[in-house]
Parts: sequence; structure tokens; C-alpha cells
Amino acid sequence: MESKLITAKSEPLWNTNNKVISIVFGLVILLFALPLFGLNSFYLHLFIMIFMHAVMAQSWNVIAGFSGQISLGHGAFFGIGAYATSFLYMQYGITPWISIFFGMFISAIFAVLIGIPMLRLSGHYFAIATLLIGISFQVVFQRWDLVGAASGLWVTMTPEDSWIALQFHSSKIPYYYVFLIFFLITFFAVWLLSRSKLGYRLRAVRDDPQAALSLCINVSNYKIIAYVISAMIMAPMGSLFAQYILIVDPDRVFNIEISIIVLLITVLGGIGNVWGPIIGASILIPISEYSRIYLGGTGGAVDLIFYGLILMIICIFRPNGLISFIPKDILERKKQR
Amino acid sequence: MTSEIILQAVVTGLMMGLIYALIAAGLSLIFGLMEIVNFAHGEHLMLSMFSSFWLWSLFGLDPLFSIPITILLLAFCGILTHYFLIRYILKAKMLIQICATFGLSIFIRSIAQLLWTPDFRNVDKPLLEGRIEVGSVFIGQPQLYASLVCLLAFIGLYLFVTKTETGLALQATAQDRHAAEVLGIPSNKMFAIGWAIGLGCVGVAGGMMANYFFIFTDVGINFALFAFVAVALGGFGSIIGCLYAGIIIGLVESLGGLLIDPSFKLLYVFVIYLLVVIYKPQGLFGRY
Repeated sequence: MESKLITAKSEPLWNTNNKVISIVFGLVILLFALPLFGLNSFYLHLFIMIFMHAVMAQSWNVIAGFSGQISLGHGAFFGIGAYATSFLYMQYGITPWISIFFGMFISAIFAVLIGIPMLRLSGHYFAIATLLIGISFQVVFQRWDLVGAASGLWVTMTPEDSWIALQFHSSKIPYYYVFLIFFLITFFAVWLLSRSKLGYRLRAVRDDPQAALSLCINVSNYKIIAYVISAMIMAPMGSLFAQYILIVDPDRVFNIEISIIVLLITVLGGIGNVWGPIIGASILIPISEYSRIYLGGTGGAVDLIFYGLILMIICIFRPNGLISFIPKDILERKKQR
Repeated sequence: MTSEIILQAVVTGLMMGLIYALIAAGLSLIFGLMEIVNFAHGEHLMLSMFSSFWLWSLFGLDPLFSIPITILLLAFCGILTHYFLIRYILKAKMLIQICATFGLSIFIRSIAQLLWTPDFRNVDKPLLEGRIEVGSVFIGQPQLYASLVCLLAFIGLYLFVTKTETGLALQATAQDRHAAEVLGIPSNKMFAIGWAIGLGCVGVAGGMMANYFFIFTDVGINFALFAFVAVALGGFGSIIGCLYAGIIIGLVESLGGLLIDPSFKLLYVFVIYLLVVIYKPQGLFGRY
């Protein structure tokens, strides 16, 4: 543990396998160039969903993968973000660019309020509490008249595309770039987090709380920090999703399916690994979108059957996710002696 | 707000609480045995209600008489769950254990939704029907008998775990599975028995509730949440704690619904959960 902390301090940031860096940069440039090839709107939608779910899963990865606490109601922060931007825009005309941060702020406050009592205890308490929270939020918003109760908020449409109101009706390309940029920022931030001192401490807390405690790491504080970071990653995705579909209702943004899918993507890709959510999202989201096309109305339930099955199979046979198929020395930085 | 209405709410809450207690006892037994929280508990409850419903609608068997079959089916289901899923994740990290049983819950619920559609069903004209009047309080007969049967089952479970040889073997495995194995108690068999009994409890509760409750695929979620809270409230792994905790939750639910607003029942229970976890993390009767 101690040696890890020292390496974390002294190691240069860019000491990664050069091949991996060049592949990643190539992919980023490709992603930026993609809309120029004239993709139709279905593929744009597919990529937008992949970016969104990858970020959502990454948010879950921070709390579950890095600090080892399972949140089963992560959809709550998604919903808070969605409601924050839509409500402020409709009531006060505040641009989503500002209210995204407001949503993040509210989510962070809730994360602290929930985290302080719950994260002191063993993981089961937290998992059950978050399950209750996820459903409580849905119940409250279904009855809260100020935010439209069960029918939700229908965001007032601007007559034309507008960057200030973050609404684009004629094309999905601007949405694509907005989601792509958020996706890249989040992944870069989490990547930095994972190799920062904080990241190592979080993993120390996950792997052996007692050993971490003996190294003067305040275990519950670090768990709360992870939960707050995780909530702050989740909320902007809710905000952007609200801007993307322009309707926010409790059954959609507080749906338990959101909490399920973030868990599934992360566990499928590889939990506790920065790359896991990307792999999980780019496999699962196309499957889900295509099954929605081909299976039509009943797709919802059929989707979920496979989700449940995949989750169990992964848990039994590959608890480290699909990323464990990739040899370790490719992803990890070169050992220097 | 007269005292009669409050009394009525207390009686209703008490009857509901006994059912929660039995469901929670099954959960607690499984947790105490192998430290795995069965997040599919609500879905197993749903399965037991549907088993009762299908036995009634296909074979004309009244839910009252189909209870033994439902219990056996659920116990079998528990053994299957252990054999195909839990067995493999016993040594896994807690995170993986939670994900696995959560996956099972999604799987059962969505298969049920596909097979039986999300429609609401109920058993028409069961043997137990009507209500009795005690003083000024009305008591629904099916509810009354359901809670009494659940109480009996609870007492039976408690006696089984504390008095019989198998029950003692279960307790030994719960305390230290390696030491128990040294004494010749096969822990794998004990786990399977634990699952069978835990889900058998759910079978009793579900079978009795099929008499009066709506039967639909999402029915388990709320009951499971209350059972989780009851287990935390009573103390993880404590069976007798579940009885008190179940009754407390039943009372809070019905009195909160009466005095404040019935649509926020879940929130009152959540507040109770928060309070317990903050002030008495080991629960009322917890070992930890």
C-alpha cells in the first residue's frame, strides 16, 4: 500500500504505453471526424447514447469500482440533473449551460447527505439505502406539483436551433459534439483521478479498509468524496439528456432501469477500471438499441431478461469484466526498473 | 380523527407487519448463513403469488389449499438459486454478490413480465372472504388469517432454528462455516437448506397474500424494500429481530399513511431506516 502511494507521487503522468496513447488519440480524432462522413441520424443517436451511457457508467464506476460501495439508485442523480436544467430554463429562462452546474451542486449536496450516515457502515446498508433513495425520488417527483407531478416537464421549444438554450431541432450533430466533449472531459478527469493520490487511496479503502485506516486514511471521508464525485458526474448527463429529448418525467429520468444499466455496463466492461465503462457501453448500447428496433414494443422486457442473464453470467465467470480478456501489460503502464 | 380510525390503522399495520416479518425472516436467515443479501427476494415473493394464482386459475385450487404446493415450489426455487448462482459467488467480493442477486431479480421480473404481461390479477372469490367486526374495528378475514398464518410460520421457523438439530447445524454454519465443516456439517448442504427455508417463508407469505392482494409482476419491489429495512432494523442475521422490526414498519406505514399522506409511505419507512442506521447501526438485535 505504502509503496503504491509513493509511486503515485513520483510517477510522471504520461508514463503510459505509447501504443495505447496513439490508439486513444487516433480514436478521439476519428470520433471528432465521424459526423463529417454523413452518418444518418440513427447512427448519431447510437453514438450519443453510447457516450451518455459510458459517462453514466463511469460515474457508477467511481463509487462502486474505485471505492467499493454499491449504489443501486444512481438514477436519482440523473433525474436531479434533468429536472434542474429543465425547471430552471422553463421557470426563469436560465440557460442550461449554467443550470448544469446547479444540478451538479444539488446532486453533490444529496450525495453528502446520504453518504454521511450510510457510508460509515458496511456496504449492504448503503446498497439498500440507495435502492430506497432511487425509488423515493421517483415517488416524490410523481407527486410534486411544482415540477409537473406525474406528467413531468415539457421543455419549451425554441423556434430555431440555439446554443444558448442548448436545443437543436434540425440536426443531431451539435448534440453529438456536446455529448462527445462531455464524454472526453469525464474520461480524462476519471483517468487522472484513477492515477492520482486520491484514486490510490480510494482503492486502498476498497481493498482493505482496515489497512487504509492504519495508514491514516479517513475511510468514510474518502467514500463520501467518491460518492460526491460520482454524483457530480451523473448529474450533467441527466441535464444533457433532458436537453436531448426535451421532456422530463419521473418515469423516464428516475426509472430504475437507469440504475440497472449503469451497473450492468460497468460490470460487463470491467469494474474498477477506467476503460471498463467504455467497453461495456459500446457493446451493450448497440445491442439494446437494435433490439428495440427489431423487437419493437415488447423490447423493454426482452432487453431486461438479457441484462439480468448477462449480469449473472459475468458475475459467475468473469467477475472482472470483459476487460480481463485483454492482457494486462497492454493497458498498464510499462514497468520501469 | 377519532380514536377508532387510529385503532383501525394500528390493527391494519399490525397485520401487515406480521407479513413483513416473515418475509424479512427468510431474508435474514439467508444473510445470517452466508452474508449474502438476496436482492431477488421481492421477485421470489412475486413468484409465490403467481404460483398461487395459477394453481387457482388453472386447477381451481383455492389459495388456502395450494399453500403447501407453493411452499414446496419456492423451496425448490431456493435450492435452484443456490445451485446455479449462489454456489459460484460464495467466495466472490461483496460487490459481485450484490450484482449477481440484483441480476437475478431483473431476470425473474422481466421473464415474468414477458410470460404473464404486467396486468393486474386477483383471485376471484377465494374461500377466505369478507370481514369481521370487533367493536368498532373492521378486520378483513383474508388479512387476518394471512397475518396469523405468517405468525405461526414465524414461530415455527424460530423453533426450528433454535430447537432442532438441523436448525442448530444452520446456526453453527452461520457462526463459522469452517469450524462447522470440521464437525462434519456440510456447509454446502446447509446453504441449500437455508435457501429452501428462506424462500419457503416467502412462499407462505405470498400464498396467503394471494387471497386478497393484487398479483402483478412488480408486486415484490415494495415488499422486498420493507423486508430489507426490517432486516437492517432488526439487525442483520437476527431472526427474532425481524418480528419486532416487521411490526414497527407495518405500524409506521399505516399510521404515517393515516396521519400524514398515504402516497409517501415509502418515505416514512426510509426515514426509519435512516434513523436506525445513524443511531443504532447494529440494529435492535444485531450481532454486528
